[in-house]
Amino acid sequence: MRSNPRDYQLVAPGTLHAVLSLLAEAPGKWLPIAGGTDLMVLYGAGKLAARNLVSIWSLPELRGIEVLPDQVRIGAGCTYAELREHPVIAREFPLLARAASWTGGTANQNRGTIGGNIVNASPAADSLPALLVYEAELILVSVRGERRVPYLGFHTGYKTTQLAGDELLRAVCLARQFSECLHHTRKVGARSAQAIAKVAIAALGGVAGGRVQEVRIALASVAPVPLRLFETERAVKGKSIDKCLLAAARRATVSEIRPIDDIRSTARYRSAVSSNLVEEFLRRLSAGAPI
Amino acid sequence: MNNSSIVGISVPRKEGQDKVTGRAQYIDDIVLPGMWYGATVRSTIPRGRIKQITFGAEVAWDDYVIVSAKDIPGKNCIALIAEDQPCLAENCINHPEEPILLLAHADRHALAKAVNAISIEYDPSPAVLTLEESERCCDIIWGSDNTFKTYVIQKGDIDSAWAKAAYIVEGEYRTGAQEQLYIENNGMIAWFDPEHGITVWGSLQCPYYVHKALMTLCQLPAERVRVVQVETGGAFGGKEDYPSMIAGHAALLAIKTRKAVKIIYDRLEDMAATSKRHPSRTRHRTAVSKDGKILGGTIDFTIDGGAYTTLSPVVLSRGAIHAGGPYYWPSVRITAKALATNAPPHGAFRGFGAPQSLFAMERHMDRIAQIIGASPIVVRQRNFLKPGQTTITEQAVREPIDLEKLLDRALELSSYQSRKESFAEENESGEIKKGIGVAAFLHGAGFTGSGERYLGSVVGVEACADGAVRVLVSSTEFGQGTKTALSQVAAETLGLGYEDVDVAPADTMEVPNSGPTVASRTVMVVGSLVCSAALGIRHALRQSGWLGDSYSPEEFRAACRNYVAAHGALRSWSRYEAPPDIFWDDEKHRGEAYAAFAWAVYIASVRVDLTTYTVSVDDFVALQEVGRVLHPVLAAGQITGGVAQGIGLSLYEKVIWQNGRMQNSQMTNYIMPTSLDVPPIRVFFEELGNVHGAFGAKGIGELPIDGPAPAIANAVADALGAPCDCVPLLAEDIFDILTTRVATADRSGSPSR
Ligand SMILES: Cc1cc2nc3c(=O)[nH]c(=O)nc-3n(C[C@H](O)[C@H](O)[C@H](O)COP(=O)(O)OP(=O)(O)OC[C@H]3O[C@@H](n4cnc5c(N)ncnc54)[C@H](O)[C@@H]3O)c2cc1C
Repeated sequence: MRSNPRDYQLVAPGTLHAVLSLLAEAPGKWLPIAGGTDLMVLYGAGKLAARNLVSIWSLPELRGIEVLPDQVRIGAGCTYAELREHPVIAREFPLLARAASWTGGTANQNRGTIGGNIVNASPAADSLPALLVYEAELILVSVRGERRVPYLGFHTGYKTTQLAGDELLRAVCLARQFSECLHHTRKVGARSAQAIAKVAIAALGGVAGGRVQEVRIALASVAPVPLRLFETERAVKGKSIDKCLLAAARRATVSEIRPIDDIRSTARYRSAVSSNLVEEFLRRLSAGAPI
Repeated sequence: MNNSSIVGISVPRKEGQDKVTGRAQYIDDIVLPGMWYGATVRSTIPRGRIKQITFGAEVAWDDYVIVSAKDIPGKNCIALIAEDQPCLAENCINHPEEPILLLAHADRHALAKAVNAISIEYDPSPAVLTLEESERCCDIIWGSDNTFKTYVIQKGDIDSAWAKAAYIVEGEYRTGAQEQLYIENNGMIAWFDPEHGITVWGSLQCPYYVHKALMTLCQLPAERVRVVQVETGGAFGGKEDYPSMIAGHAALLAIKTRKAVKIIYDRLEDMAATSKRHPSRTRHRTAVSKDGKILGGTIDFTIDGGAYTTLSPVVLSRGAIHAGGPYYWPSVRITAKALATNAPPHGAFRGFGAPQSLFAMERHMDRIAQIIGASPIVVRQRNFLKPGQTTITEQAVREPIDLEKLLDRALELSSYQSRKESFAEENESGEIKKGIGVAAFLHGAGFTGSGERYLGSVVGVEACADGAVRVLVSSTEFGQGTKTALSQVAAETLGLGYEDVDVAPADTMEVPNSGPTVASRTVMVVGSLVCSAALGIRHALRQSGWLGDSYSPEEFRAACRNYVAAHGALRSWSRYEAPPDIFWDDEKHRGEAYAAFAWAVYIASVRVDLTTYTVSVDDFVALQEVGRVLHPVLAAGQITGGVAQGIGLSLYEKVIWQNGRMQNSQMTNYIMPTSLDVPPIRVFFEELGNVHGAFGAKGIGELPIDGPAPAIANAVADALGAPCDCVPLLAEDIFDILTTRVATADRSGSPSR
């Protein structure tokens, strides 16, 4: 442990209202801590800059998964264990359920929250490509009230977000409109479990009359933020999947990602695997294989 | 007495219950009254001189005790083989993470900040970071030629071999550094008082190595240095030499503070600063006859020793002796070198040089097969050592080992032929390519050559006042089963129950020097000494009339009680004596290198996914001949664990170096395989029996890490039809192999296979 506990202050006001009031008093002074699975890693390494932490773990207002007729509302404090076990998530949003199932190990899944994954804003985070594909909306809350923003664009750069200093992420909303689609996801880590994605794909699509009708593709770990592949989608939409299209999709993928060499992989590798993953998805889509 | 009732049975581990229930006390569980905590300030550059050290104003330095090289009472070195490694750097820095200063404080949380508040200004010099740079000798960083040690092993007439050769096969093979990744990080507590001298308790393998190092460092006589091993959570060689450094640091702080001082490394520090497996490069040039017989060859085996000598000469020696594999070489010249680089010293790790040179040998056998157009199986069969033939050191094989039979059995167990055929068919289409690979190998048990004679290990067995028998050894338990196996041996020898025997704590005040717990020597060498010392107890009890010719365990316990009550303590000692007919020339590395070899054939089946370039091991057969298996569960555990660790070495564990410094010293970025990455490992034993060891046991601990890397690399090469001559083979490496191969094929216009 490279941090001194005496240098830190942790408060747990216990209600959403109390937490928001505290945040409003001095925006930026207090850092929310939910499951702590990202923050405590920094703390252990002596790298947690924030000294004042306010616990939002188990705030009732952030918990639970609410199923409404046209959407599902996931509390930001929802853990991976809760997500992966929820029947509606598993059935209608399998990309998210799968991502939750391969985030860390059991202990981490009991503690880590979807809100933490979103606000931590790692380009390698497992649930974020799924949220891009499902075109999630976020509900942000402060003493000033609630606002709803599309998840796409929430990350403004590497590890930065639109969240204001006095705001919390309250919930993630997913429209229930994808049950007809093929959902496809794959994580490429350095090992079969307990790995950070070197590249990951989440995608969905539908083919009608031999042509791609619906297609959404997102990748992790290939840019400063989780990336939706709009160019690639444009390149395939309305077309029939053949060798020529696969090649075009690969080209589009390579042109719109910005992978880097880092401690976990190389840009060359990430680039090749990204286009392989996109091709694999499109092949499945054309074969109509279910998830 | 009922014979063979304990040896060969999987009795419960002596320390198992304490570990499972959490009662076992590891070093960080122990708190002494008034104890302080220590931390180490380390270099951030690979090479240079210290210009200035500044203590930041934000820290209340009066609350800390600070130790520098000037505070060392004795010699500033970690005494082991050479005395070139300082305990604390004084002026010169020779590698990153080199210890410079020590800090102690009453509050362990107050240390990290203080370490960060010390800034050190350097005058940097150019660093030597690779074997090639070291060889070039543009910068001399050690001795006169950057070479810690050279061995040349020469057998037969190589020149005539070249002349007779139908093929000359060349290859270069490399292995990377590997971290031991024991579960428990390193740690020590030291305590000093002028009367008793220094005492250290710690997580360690070799109490007498630490003892020797502390005598030199603190300038104290043997009786005023006491080293106690506490429960140790894994070691794998990683706690063979480095604990002497940490013990030295804790001791210096204890001497200056006059308090007990504890130093515990966290994972980041442990991975960045302590020793790892030596990276290696092996070049083979082999003369082969038309029908695939090895006629002779040269093997250049080079290892990266890091900045100081530490154990490199010994690792080099073992690697060189294993470089020819389990094959008959009519002639060979092995040139082995350990070179200096400005990286933290590489050290002991399970296998000790043999996994490196055997990787090269077994990859090279597949290359020979490919070049002469024979199967890898046939090429191995043609060249296997047979009883009566001699190894590369001209040691005659006296055991009735039949490697062809071993290979046949392994082929059958792994369904080699049918898999080979079905893989060829399946690989014609699709993104999954499957392959199967073989490695045949041997591992010498015990110290090399005259090593055991120099060690002159001593073992004691004691009859206690309560009737129990205690084994007195400095051989340590660190998860591999030392206590259990040695208790089995003593109990079996004396016809007692397993519970009648225990092993004394490894405390240099209590136990004799039975040698370090390394080199797969404990059961074979120390176990034999336990037998004879135990017999000494029985003899004394009979001589004194307390024990009859035949006895029950209860009668034996009564005899012990009576003897001790009447005459006082009863201890029997036994010292190692080399068998008389053993010849070994250390300079030429010729003669009887090992008292016994364990033999093995491992076969791996893999799949490579061409979408992600990842390799997974689908099946692993590990068949070995290790003499008598004393404890089937422990033995199988050693093999399974060794293979898993070998899978790590082959496919996952890559140290990323930058300027001599490990960049990925965290378990999130240094990837060890999880249970999902390890296939069912199918373990099989052949038992031939061996005259040397206790009840015919040979060494077993290191053998299993020799085979996985070549078997897996051969399997991957089989799957891809491309050579895989370096481990680890990460997905990125597979991708590079495939893409460079395509590029080369394009240029030369030849079709890729
Ligand atoms: C062993 C281990 C394995 C892991 N494996 C994976 C993996 O495979 N894949 C993966 O994606 N991640 C992984 N992680 C990272 C981590 O578990 C996830 O990112 C997790 O979702 C973080 O959630 P948390 O609640 O623990 O976040 P915390 O650590 O509590 O917080 C993270 C950040 O989010 C902010 N925050 C949290 N909740 C809110 C909120 N409601 N409103 C505003 N800000 C908020 C915090 O202020 C902080 O900046 C792993 C971590 C560990 C320790």
